[in-house]
Amino acid sequence: MTVGGLIRANLFRNKKRTFLTVASVAVAFFLYGVLRSVTTTLDAAAAVGSEARLVTSNASGITFTLPEAHANRLRSVPGVTSVSWSNWFGGYYRDPQDFFAQFAIKAESYLAMYPEIQITAGDREAFLRERTAALVGVGLLEKYGWQVGQTITLKGTIFSGDWEFVIRAAYTPAEAAYGDENMFFHYEYLYERTNGQITPGWFVVALDRPESAADIAATIDAQFKNSTAPTKTETERAFQAGFVTMWGNIGFLVRAIGTAVFFAILLVAANTMMMAVRERIGEIAVLKTVGFTDGAVAGLVIVESLLIALVGGALGLALAWSTFQGRNPMQAFFPGNGVTTGTTLLGFGLALLLGMISGAVPALQSARLSVTSALRRVA
Amino acid sequence: MSSPTSVATDTLVEIRGLSKSYWRGSEEIRVFADIDLDIHRGEFLALMGPSGSGKSTLLNIVAGLDHPTSGSVVVEGQDIARMSSRQLATWRSTHVGFIFQFYNLLPVLTAAQNVELPLLLTHLGKKERREHVLAALDLVGLSDRAEHFPGQLSGGQQQRVGIARAVVSDPTIILGDEPTGDLDATSGSEVLDLLERLSGEFGKTILMVTHDPNAAARAKATMHMDKGVLTR
Repeated sequence: MTVGGLIRANLFRNKKRTFLTVASVAVAFFLYGVLRSVTTTLDAAAAVGSEARLVTSNASGITFTLPEAHANRLRSVPGVTSVSWSNWFGGYYRDPQDFFAQFAIKAESYLAMYPEIQITAGDREAFLRERTAALVGVGLLEKYGWQVGQTITLKGTIFSGDWEFVIRAAYTPAEAAYGDENMFFHYEYLYERTNGQITPGWFVVALDRPESAADIAATIDAQFKNSTAPTKTETERAFQAGFVTMWGNIGFLVRAIGTAVFFAILLVAANTMMMAVRERIGEIAVLKTVGFTDGAVAGLVIVESLLIALVGGALGLALAWSTFQGRNPMQAFFPGNGVTTGTTLLGFGLALLLGMISGAVPALQSARLSVTSALRRVA
Repeated sequence: MSSPTSVATDTLVEIRGLSKSYWRGSEEIRVFADIDLDIHRGEFLALMGPSGSGKSTLLNIVAGLDHPTSGSVVVEGQDIARMSSRQLATWRSTHVGFIFQFYNLLPVLTAAQNVELPLLLTHLGKKERREHVLAALDLVGLSDRAEHFPGQLSGGQQQRVGIARAVVSDPTIILGDEPTGDLDATSGSEVLDLLERLSGEFGKTILMVTHDPNAAARAKATMHMDKGVLTR
């Protein structure tokens, strides 16, 4: 036997209790892994936009559109190299659960502005040629088993009715965070089906020098200040971040829940360790009698507590990691989501902290235990 | 285990002016005061006395489990009364073998693992530890129960495992706190046989606290403690 064997024997003294404690720690760390992945994904989503492109939207909010005529005035602003626009469509495939992002775009200028959308020249031509053509991410093709050339029907929510599209092209995102579950189609198709009632949702403005973005944004907004549709112009990254905040202060909520879970599990683990130590007071006295120092018995308790926390933490994090493997529902809106290395490292750090804190009081009790009084108590 | 020796007369434990008091609020409760005692190497001493007379407290101080209020306890030239808790723990690991009344075996460990506990603090390798453990279990006649857990052993067998644990590191002195107090007459006699053998055959120094005159009669000398006064 070794000291490790002694620790193992103590851990398995009450298998059911050890299992339940490890399981509760695992559940807590699973929650931590999932919840923190939500915040890291939201942060990543907010950072995906370019600093070299501006987004000009209606000053009253992105649910309000802008006159198409703004495009020409935008093009005339010094430093602007090109202008395109886009609208949120908001339809779904088959039933409302099959929901993904769809954008009506001013196709030619939009694709020229977005190197993130990687598409072959042939596919690009095929998409641009046909009014009802759709360009979909490879993730969507895989998810729904679609093929290029297939006709699909979406049900509109903002724009009611059935909308037929022919998939003419598929794109691969240049970076995972851009996402491969978006669908793009021609603004003209939306315009015609709505009998010309629709105007651009927001403009995307390409700049010659990204460092002049702030000045150009100010110039644009000043130009439309007294128009019928005043604008709000910001970098695409800031726009994206604003879009993400529409989800509410999820970061705060997640952190609050995470903290509460951590403290709850800290109490569970600490209680387990205190119970474990309380029921073996006599044995600790024996260890001290045969020569184990106060520090050594405290160390045994701390290691035991650390093992429970680390094994539980590792199991929980592994479970959280496996949850995000393959296609998952969040990927449509938060591409590239998953348990990051940072989340994993922080998780192990928290598990270490949990083990130390939950073991600290019982370890101190063990160290301070008087052998003579302990033996009197168990006699 | 050291080789058999005849009983020597040199002093192993020299206790001088030993006092122990407890404080309950401002009231001092004196357990004993100004005790002098010499324990010679190879002696098998019984310490008798009524409950609360201070005999277990004296035993615990000799074992380095408790600190005296004043006085000295010199074991092989080292005054353990002046040692820190940490120094005492290290000292106990090499000098003291303790036999408890209620055996105090760890229920999650086998007999062999229980006996091995004091050896975990030594520099012995796994194989050497195993050899020492088997030798100690053989000495108490329980080699065939090495892999049994305490719950699978009788009280007498558990106490014999406790004795094996006490002698496995070949300590300077073996201290027993009523080692037969929880055993029936037969098992108690077997334990006393073992202690006699350890003293007679292996020359171990033994100090045993007991209430039982029959047990005390098996020792080579008996001391009495009453109201904090020790008589030999």
